[in-house]
Amino acid sequence: MTLELTWTTPRLWQNKLAGFTHCPGCHHGLISKAVAEAIDDLGLEGQAIEISGVGCSARNFLGFSFDGIFVPHGRALDVGTGIKRALGDDSLVFTMQGDGDCMAIGIEALISSAARAEKITAIMINNGCFGTTGGQMAPTTLMQQRTTTTPHGRDPSAGYPLHGAELVASIKGVAYSARGAVHTPAHYRRTRKYIRTAFEKQKAGAGFTFVEVLSACPTDWHLSPVESLEWIDKTMCVEYPLGEFHNTDEVA
Amino acid sequence: MANCTAFFGYPITPQNEVTEWFAREFPARGRAFVQAQSEIGSINMVYGAAAAGVRAMTSTSGPGWALMQESMAHLAASEIPCVVMLVQRGGPGMGHVRTGQMDYLSATRGGGNGGYKTIVLAPSSVQESHDLVQLAFHLADTYRNPAVVLTDGLTGQMAEVLEMGTLDFGSVPEKDWALRGRDHQPDGERRVLSTMPGVHRLPPYQSYVNYLKILGDKWAQVARSEVRYESYLLDDAELVIVAYGYASRVSKEAVGLARAAGMKVGLLRPITLWPFPYEAVSHKAADGCRFLVVEDSLGLMIEDVVMGTRDPSIVSLVGALAHHSPHDDGLIMPTAVFAEISRLLVGA
Repeated sequence: MTLELTWTTPRLWQNKLAGFTHCPGCHHGLISKAVAEAIDDLGLEGQAIEISGVGCSARNFLGFSFDGIFVPHGRALDVGTGIKRALGDDSLVFTMQGDGDCMAIGIEALISSAARAEKITAIMINNGCFGTTGGQMAPTTLMQQRTTTTPHGRDPSAGYPLHGAELVASIKGVAYSARGAVHTPAHYRRTRKYIRTAFEKQKAGAGFTFVEVLSACPTDWHLSPVESLEWIDKTMCVEYPLGEFHNTDEVA
Repeated sequence: MANCTAFFGYPITPQNEVTEWFAREFPARGRAFVQAQSEIGSINMVYGAAAAGVRAMTSTSGPGWALMQESMAHLAASEIPCVVMLVQRGGPGMGHVRTGQMDYLSATRGGGNGGYKTIVLAPSSVQESHDLVQLAFHLADTYRNPAVVLTDGLTGQMAEVLEMGTLDFGSVPEKDWALRGRDHQPDGERRVLSTMPGVHRLPPYQSYVNYLKILGDKWAQVARSEVRYESYLLDDAELVIVAYGYASRVSKEAVGLARAAGMKVGLLRPITLWPFPYEAVSHKAADGCRFLVVEDSLGLMIEDVVMGTRDPSIVSLVGALAHHSPHDDGLIMPTAVFAEISRLLVGA
């Protein structure tokens, strides 16, 4: 019997330095794979610079086989602005940030870099909590969702879920804003296409580009990996509908 | 002149003319200018541009400087060179928007977390501001470390004769660590930078403790090699005034008044506040000199002078309480310094 190779790590995810850093059932690895494949598709590895925010994506810059930098919590899009302004069009500059990094401590940078139509891409991984620090409430935490800082479930005293893709789509200066997921192969393929579109629009100089990706966090959700897939499908996707929210070649 | 090609700024008094100049001039010269959403934004844009290997800077004043402290620590941790012009105003908090010297400790001690060092240069004239920004870039690139040009509202807004030109401080190391994309590297290899490179075991650090050692050795070398100061009439001085920035200009006038009255007074003006000229201070202390620190604060640099003398009893202060006006337009005047010199030397 011959064995068929059905899965391999992407060419651009060499992972020599990162080691294996994610929990069982986590989707960060899949999202990195989608990014690596999108860049490979576009042949842009020689121009790519990834900025890792603080959180479970913090070691991504070590894993990719192109340039990367790890920066302070919430500041990735400001650093990205500086890199892109320094290097110009001959670069592909993108961040990988958690929902806390991007929309709690980093929302000032998100809104203002979007408004300035910076030619950079933010990839925000939404797992509904602060994963690295042990599962505290994030801006994206759902109502009634239990976290270590909403032990009885999120109630209105802790505010309401923040919708990244819709928020960004409403800002002049944005060329592309989408929300994907990776909990089924079909969703994975669609999300990879969103990421690729965002990169293409960045390279075309269209404006700011943003892709939010729903991601499982079995450890902090206290669910099994399989239950986590179900929770994304039946619960998260209701609060956070998937799709493209803004797609234009000319901003403003 | 310094081949700075990226400026990121946020409006704050008393240095708005700087940001406005860059807004007007840099895009026209094909260089990068962004008005950031905050000083957190501007310093992190500097961070990015500098990580990409270009000479990048920002300019700010006290409250903006406070917001930048986080990333100053990360820039030092990542060994990314850049320049921050800090035009001091009164403090603490909002303080006032005119002139002051109240950010000495946060500049020289590292106002952010983790016990890092930044090179701090202190101009006392328009000419020296022009020169020291160039030196700041040179030292930043030489040591892969952030550098601060610490000035004040008065020096920063002064009009004086200026001879412009590019100064030659010698060569700096190639930035072969900079992020430019693999296509733009001679070896085609990727580059990575991190604000915790020891933990990430990146070369050449490899481990956290080795990383600390590399940083510590570098800062020790800066402290050994880069001390700069001006001596003015120090040879026969019995009283040494230590002052920087506008307070040193005021003090120089006071030295003139005192010399005319036959008093042996000189001025030691640190040009590098970090590394501080401790040895120059300790030599004069060993000669039996007394010291008068003149600075527009409640006494910050005086800590370094005391450390240099190792004897607090021989160090006095003329500080912000000596302002000629009780309001925010107050300045330390030469007469106030002269009065203290007279009190110390003649007892009058």
